[in-house]
Amino acid sequence: MLEVQNLHAYYGKSHILQGVDMYVREGEIVSLLGRNGVGRSTTCKAIMGLVPPHGTVRYKGQDIAGLPPYKIAHLGLGYVPEDRQIFPGLTVRQNLELGQKRKGVSGRWTIEDAYQLFPRLRERADTPAEVLSGGEQQMLTMCRTLMGDPDLIMIDEPTEGVAPKIVEQMGAFFQEVAQRGVSILLIEQKLAIALRISQRVYVMGHGRIVFEGTPEDLQSNETVRKEWLEV
Amino acid sequence: MLELITFSIINGVLYGMLLFMLSSGLTLIFSMMGVLNFAHASFYMLGAYFAYQISTFIGFWPALFLAPLGVAVLGALVERYGLRHVHKHGHVAELLFTFGLVYVIEELVHMIWGRMPVDYRIPDALNFTLFTLFNTSFPAYRGFMLLVALVMFASIYLILRKTRIGMIVQASLSYPEMVGALGHNVPRVFMGVFAFGTGLAGLAGVIAGNYFITEPGMAWAMGPIVFVVVVFGGLGSLPGALIGSLIIGIVQTVSVAMPYSLADALRAFGVELTREAALADLWFLELSRVAPILPYLLLVLMLIFRPRGLMGTRES
Repeated sequence: MLEVQNLHAYYGKSHILQGVDMYVREGEIVSLLGRNGVGRSTTCKAIMGLVPPHGTVRYKGQDIAGLPPYKIAHLGLGYVPEDRQIFPGLTVRQNLELGQKRKGVSGRWTIEDAYQLFPRLRERADTPAEVLSGGEQQMLTMCRTLMGDPDLIMIDEPTEGVAPKIVEQMGAFFQEVAQRGVSILLIEQKLAIALRISQRVYVMGHGRIVFEGTPEDLQSNETVRKEWLEV
Repeated sequence: MLELITFSIINGVLYGMLLFMLSSGLTLIFSMMGVLNFAHASFYMLGAYFAYQISTFIGFWPALFLAPLGVAVLGALVERYGLRHVHKHGHVAELLFTFGLVYVIEELVHMIWGRMPVDYRIPDALNFTLFTLFNTSFPAYRGFMLLVALVMFASIYLILRKTRIGMIVQASLSYPEMVGALGHNVPRVFMGVFAFGTGLAGLAGVIAGNYFITEPGMAWAMGPIVFVVVVFGGLGSLPGALIGSLIIGIVQTVSVAMPYSLADALRAFGVELTREAALADLWFLELSRVAPILPYLLLVLMLIFRPRGLMGTRES
């Protein structure tokens, strides 16, 4: 459903993405692994139109490279940024409401669903969102994007700086999301969770895909892990 | 004395609310688009001229609504067909664009309405004395200006706090990209905010143009002071714009009315200075004479001691 071919992207003069090729099929959970600074986040941003993409990006058969982000979102692509970007000054509930593309219209996911998945969000529904803890903000930003009923959701480093117990909760959450027919492109640094839930994994290095395969392939390929993943 | 202070403060609040009608739009536009709109006061001037023109045909009351609407439409066009294209080339280009716009609008006003003030007057229905306090009369039109400003303030507050579009605007103040990625048409929100902000400036022009004077220099007279307010209150902060407007409004109005100097102040503490004392010119300089530079002095002090302004969140 998502096809990326020979994708390049630049920040000023630096050439961040140097020809990325990848795809995500319907209903799949795919992880994009790699060290910091190899261009994983930029890949997401370029797909979403937040960084100008050069190359081919097809979503549900339609060429989306060059479309403004809001149009891409309306085609059913969701994005959860690494820095969460919770709207300050708005409550938890209002943040969720803004995830809905039209007022009060929900698709597969209702605000009630979000509260059931993460009961903490219900408890803090009327709290200004900026006072939430890091883990709570992560729950909120993921649920907010789900409110827009995407068919594919790109989640950038959700487990970063989050307590191990909440990481466990997230694993169950991703399974639930996939069960409702939403594909996931997960950007991760923690191998354990990525290997456990993904059907396929990509490893990125220096702005390119350097490995593609199943979690088992990666587990048995020590060279790739040593060269591109381990610190 | 009491009379002087009371009226100075009432007038200061009034002038402050007028400043707020300009500074609120300017600060909203700045925080969303990151562009300081130099032409903001030019839209204020256009509001006054539009109102003058419309009122010669169909009277003041329709002009009160139609003129700000006209200015807002013009603002929307400027954003859609001007700023949006310039935006790609960065903030300096945007700044220069709005700077150029100041001259374009000024020359257009010269061409259409001439260089002399136009005869834009307070409507007869509001040309009476509202009340008299300590022998000073308070014109009804000032009360009307205050009322319009308060209604405007309440509407901005309600729109931002209670409506979905207000929520989208608030969210765009911090993370416009995320708002777009959630499927909201951010360019259209920008255009709306620009139109709304310029429309407010237009409304200020409509109610101030006939109270003060409607002439081609009015944008230059108002522009710098609005910048002082916005920087003083904190770029991008609406409460900051309100407090900044009121402080600058009151400081300017009250100080103009004060015929006192530092020498008078020292006399209150028992220190008597004569005209022969060193730096006598400074000691005997009356506050009313330095009034015009006070806002700028406040600005300079603010920039030195608290560069982000009273309520601002940004350092730059």
